[in-house]
Amino acid sequence: MKRQRVLCALIAAGVLLAGGSFAWADVLLTGAGSTFDAPFFLRAFYEYNRENGVQVNYQSIGSGGGIQQFTAKTVDFGASDVPLAPAELRAAEAAGGPVVQLPVTLGGVVIAYNLPNGPAHIKLDQQTLADIFLGKVTNWNDPEIARLNPGISFPNLSIVVVHRADGSGTTYIFTDYMAHISPQWKAQVGTSKVVSWPAPSSVGAKGNEGVAGQIRNTPGAIGYLELAYVLENNIQYAAVRNRAGRYVYPTVETVRAAASHKPNVSPTDFSIVDMPGADSYPICGYSWVMLWQHQPDPAKGKELVKLMRWLVTDGQSYATRVRYVALPPNVQAEAIKALAGVST
Amino acid sequence: MAQDGTDVVTVPALTLRSRRRRAPSGLGDRIVLGLFAAAAWLVLLVVVGLFVVLLISAWPAVQSVGIRVLESTAWDPTSGKYGLLSFIYGTLVTSTLALLLAGPVGIGAALLLAEVAPRRLATPVAMLIELLAAVPSVVFGIWGLFVLAPVMRTVIEPALARSLGFLPLFQGYFYGVGMLTAGILLAIMVLPTVTAISRDILEAVPRDQREAMLALGATRWEMLTRAVLPYARSGIVGALVLALGRALGEAMAVVMVIGNKPAISLSLFAPAYTMASVLANEFTEATGKQYVAVLIGIGSALFLISMLVNIGARLLVRRVGAPQRMRTR
Repeated sequence: MKRQRVLCALIAAGVLLAGGSFAWADVLLTGAGSTFDAPFFLRAFYEYNRENGVQVNYQSIGSGGGIQQFTAKTVDFGASDVPLAPAELRAAEAAGGPVVQLPVTLGGVVIAYNLPNGPAHIKLDQQTLADIFLGKVTNWNDPEIARLNPGISFPNLSIVVVHRADGSGTTYIFTDYMAHISPQWKAQVGTSKVVSWPAPSSVGAKGNEGVAGQIRNTPGAIGYLELAYVLENNIQYAAVRNRAGRYVYPTVETVRAAASHKPNVSPTDFSIVDMPGADSYPICGYSWVMLWQHQPDPAKGKELVKLMRWLVTDGQSYATRVRYVALPPNVQAEAIKALAGVST
Repeated sequence: MAQDGTDVVTVPALTLRSRRRRAPSGLGDRIVLGLFAAAAWLVLLVVVGLFVVLLISAWPAVQSVGIRVLESTAWDPTSGKYGLLSFIYGTLVTSTLALLLAGPVGIGAALLLAEVAPRRLATPVAMLIELLAAVPSVVFGIWGLFVLAPVMRTVIEPALARSLGFLPLFQGYFYGVGMLTAGILLAIMVLPTVTAISRDILEAVPRDQREAMLALGATRWEMLTRAVLPYARSGIVGALVLALGRALGEAMAVVMVIGNKPAISLSLFAPAYTMASVLANEFTEATGKQYVAVLIGIGSALFLISMLVNIGARLLVRRVGAPQRMRTR
């Protein structure tokens, strides 16, 4: 009996100690949200911790979860592929006052396809893209595609549209672009992280790997992928005709060129698809972080602002290293200006 | 005559009961009893609590979109269209397929391992099958997408269309992903559940049961089908129920191979969607009260369907299992 009691006491002491040590761990800042940002954040925060001794704990639970946790104040900052919608912003403001939203990284969306023994790149214009994804052009031998690609013979092969099945910022950017170039898309499908795909021959896959795998598996498939993923893998992809009428390949440079054509990007006016400029790749968008304008904890708030200032400037070099697109200088300046408004 | 070995079971049961009747003597006994009771109640509390929380969170959806969601297949959260019918259909079809495929194979494997194969072969094979249960479902999913789906598209689906193409079940475009692929993948995933439990049940069939049958001049086949299987029937149905539960709730692996298209199609080749996979796909990025509430509603519906299937199967076991066990031939 005595031995049992000693055991109980030991267990209790152990539990107390474990609980205590959690509280003392030097996790200083916490964030949650977008999975798109995660590779960049993990790399950047690791380096930041080495340089400044500040630990940042980021959970890539998805933008929706990030917004919820931010609004519930369980994290210091949230990250989302799309700025807060008006209703979400109202809910957040009711919970913790005004919200500051910053663009933190830039992504491009690539049209990938699978034509067995076909060319590594084809050309697609706005009309054809819209017709394919709306399900009006259903075979690769359609004259609409051949007209854009003289010299390439297209097989008699059904087009299978492959799209993201999970809610995704990539889908948002892609559908944002489609809505810009096609009034029918805008009316019928709209712009969102999850949409109802109109093409009758369509398949949904999970994540970039899923979409890429599905495209690779399916002769005749066409779909969209994150730029970083395409640059790291051997995938056939299309040059897309931009607003200036030129066919542009998706690269880090052409995406940044597109972004630089919209200097005053803000949480309410953030779309950068279909930008003017001869070198602009037309399908791209920003990812965002959100933090409270009035930081509840001054010490923590100062560290958070410092971190964000680093993230949108020097930290951008790590974005390039994981094949994301660094913010153009004018957008970095805008972000710094917005950060100045945060009071600690 | 102890024709189904009731005495073998009742003896330990009696001793257990007599031990339990003794009043708890000391403090230690009472503490341990209390802990056990608390553990039992905790399980119940977690299940009930889970369901209550699900219902509360889904209530806004029940109020706003209501039961109409069960009538429609249109799933377009952007414009507030929430039709769940295709998810329910996909869930039921893939799980049924999985059970139809894994059931015979799993029970056959269990029979082989427990009755036919020599022990030196049976033990390693049984271990291998049980190892399948330890493979994370996302690994199954990736294997399904990169290995199974291409084989389905190039070999199995064309072959099925050639031989059984007159049935609407085996018509249409070969995507490689779809209900059939998901059903086959699920069958592989639930196979260890069926085999491992059925094997244990078969091994628990008393020796005298078999010996009596063989003594009557029965062949080995007759012994298996008339003496062993009827005795083990309720246990095997239990194994199938557990397997069905896993198939109904599996999300990650199914997401990779079902094609994620909210539509109802007769063809098993067609992409479809299940309740668990729509949760896995859309919950993380869902924003807005109604959308989240509808997704949680799908969770509650899945919970309810699993529970109904479980209860139904248990009733079935009670009806087909118990009385027939006593039947003499």
